Amino acid sequence: MKRLRGAMLGIAGIVLLGVLWEAYKALAPANGVAINGLTVLPRTSDAAMPHLSTMLQRALDPVSSVPGSAPLWAAVLQASAFTLSVAAVGWLVGVIVGLVIATIMQRFRTAESALLPWVVLSQTVPLIALAPLVKRWGTFVHLGAFDWQDWMSVALIASYLAFFPVSIGALRGFSSPERAHLDLMRAYGVGWWRTHLRLRVPASVPYLVPALRLAAANAVIGTVVAEVSIGLSGGVGRMIIDFAQTGSSDPAKQWAPIFGAVIVGLVAAGAVVLIGLALGKYRRNEVPA
Amino acid sequence: MSANASAAPRPSTEPAVEIVGVGKVFPGRRGAGVTALEDVSLQIEAGEFVSLIGPSGCGKSTMLRLIADLDAPSSGTVNVFGKPARQARLDQDYGIAFQQAGLLPWRTVRENIELPLQLHGAGRAARRARADELIELVGLGDFGDKHPDQLSGGMQQRVAIARSLVESPRLLLMDEPFGALDEMTRERMQTELARLRAETGAAVVFVTHSIPEAVYLSDRVVVMSPRPGRIVRLLDMRLGSAQERTDALREDEHFFERVSAVREALHGDAVASVQGKEAR
Ligand SMILES: Nc1ncnc2c1ncn2[C@@H]1O[C@H](COP(=O)(O)OP(=O)(O)OP(=O)(O)O)[C@@H](O)[C@H]1O
Ligand SMILES: [Mg+2]
Repeated sequence: MKRLRGAMLGIAGIVLLGVLWEAYKALAPANGVAINGLTVLPRTSDAAMPHLSTMLQRALDPVSSVPGSAPLWAAVLQASAFTLSVAAVGWLVGVIVGLVIATIMQRFRTAESALLPWVVLSQTVPLIALAPLVKRWGTFVHLGAFDWQDWMSVALIASYLAFFPVSIGALRGFSSPERAHLDLMRAYGVGWWRTHLRLRVPASVPYLVPALRLAAANAVIGTVVAEVSIGLSGGVGRMIIDFAQTGSSDPAKQWAPIFGAVIVGLVAAGAVVLIGLALGKYRRNEVPA
Repeated sequence: MSANASAAPRPSTEPAVEIVGVGKVFPGRRGAGVTALEDVSLQIEAGEFVSLIGPSGCGKSTMLRLIADLDAPSSGTVNVFGKPARQARLDQDYGIAFQQAGLLPWRTVRENIELPLQLHGAGRAARRARADELIELVGLGDFGDKHPDQLSGGMQQRVAIARSLVESPRLLLMDEPFGALDEMTRERMQTELARLRAETGAAVVFVTHSIPEAVYLSDRVVVMSPRPGRIVRLLDMRLGSAQERTDALREDEHFFERVSAVREALHGDAVASVQGKEAR
């Protein structure tokens, strides 16, 4: 019931956004509003803000005038699927690394004080600075038949952004069991590892689920941005840049990959919701948000 | 580790618990530590039911935690069935229940009761059979598949008690297990515990604030004084064997006499004897 209402509200939000877009376009002057040469309201010309219907129409047409080119929506969907799969790999690696780091920090107090500042600091390195470095390091990696690919650099950067919320959330979750439960485990004479598996890991789920959601959002943003900075083609990130160059002649086209990126984000968020549902029994005494 | 259904505790001539000259000091933040226990000696025989009673902060929980090897004594020794407490803990010689039920919220009633068996590697089928048996024993027949949040406080406490019994321990450690229950549930649980104990023949160390509860259940009552925690008196209850601990006992003349004896020992005066009759 609550979930249904949430979905309805989400749909209502999207509709409202569309209405606002068209309303602004209809009401504001075509050249925007500028005070002393400073634009305070954006332009609403068809080149800057195409009608939603124009965008939709454009999506059904072929990508370019080259004969046999696929419809735009299909190309965008394909690029979205590519981006989503790279983001998923990044997310998975990030989640595993985050869990391992949190486990080490939980196990060894000294590791917590030694690692935690670095974990926090790691997130202050700008993505743009990181991308060329990762790409260059990748060229040194040759393991037999294995060659480092550009998409791996992108996934690595996505995982770099994804591991952070997971490690912080999991550390809080692993430390969440009450003393009575820890005493009980000690009374049963079980060691650290089984206490971890049977008590700390299940107890961490309510903290972990929001962390997974954040990690998914980070992984998607990381993937799209890293596609651009590394120059990986095939995904929506690169497509946004490519299409923007044709902006003046075909203004509606550049909006298609942006919607593609939104779809990637929604699918990623939806996947995490499903994971949360699957872990339902570990979230029994979670306060409904 | 016996996951066997009706494994009766092996008869033993060794005392269940032997505490000799034990002291416990909790280190304080600024040098001054808290002396929770000082020079405590106590012997509890196999199969004996002993209650610890005393004002809040006198070290009852601390004593129980020392027996369970959840804390280490600052001085003296604690032996359980002739072994150091640590060895007894690793050998799973005792079952334990606290004031808070302490059930894992993601496990069903059955899974909670199975927990110690699972941790100690019992097979799935044996685990289930034993858990079902205990669910019956504590009268939760229809609730095996419910989660703790679907149970009342009293039912949760019964699950915790079932969990403490699941490995048929020869020694049961209970820290105010009925503390959070209403009076009616509490009396019913007391009767159930007396029955369970008679059936299993385990020794019990039972911490409580309630004098009638201690008198009703115990073979002996240990009266403690606070700061530093010491044993003031050991009182023999001699209310007959465990099987006779029925509700009728609560109305018994002899029962009231023992209640006022404990009260006197606790307060260190004779006023209590007048109030003995109104004991709940
Ligand atoms: N972990 C601890 N650290 C410091 N002091 C402690 C600790 N545990 C207990 N104490 C102190 O030891 C004393 C005895 O505590 P304990 O919990 O054994 O009392 P109790 O008899 O069980 O009291 P209650 O009836 O209220 O449960 C108290 O003064 C308490 O403050
Ligand atoms: Mg206590």
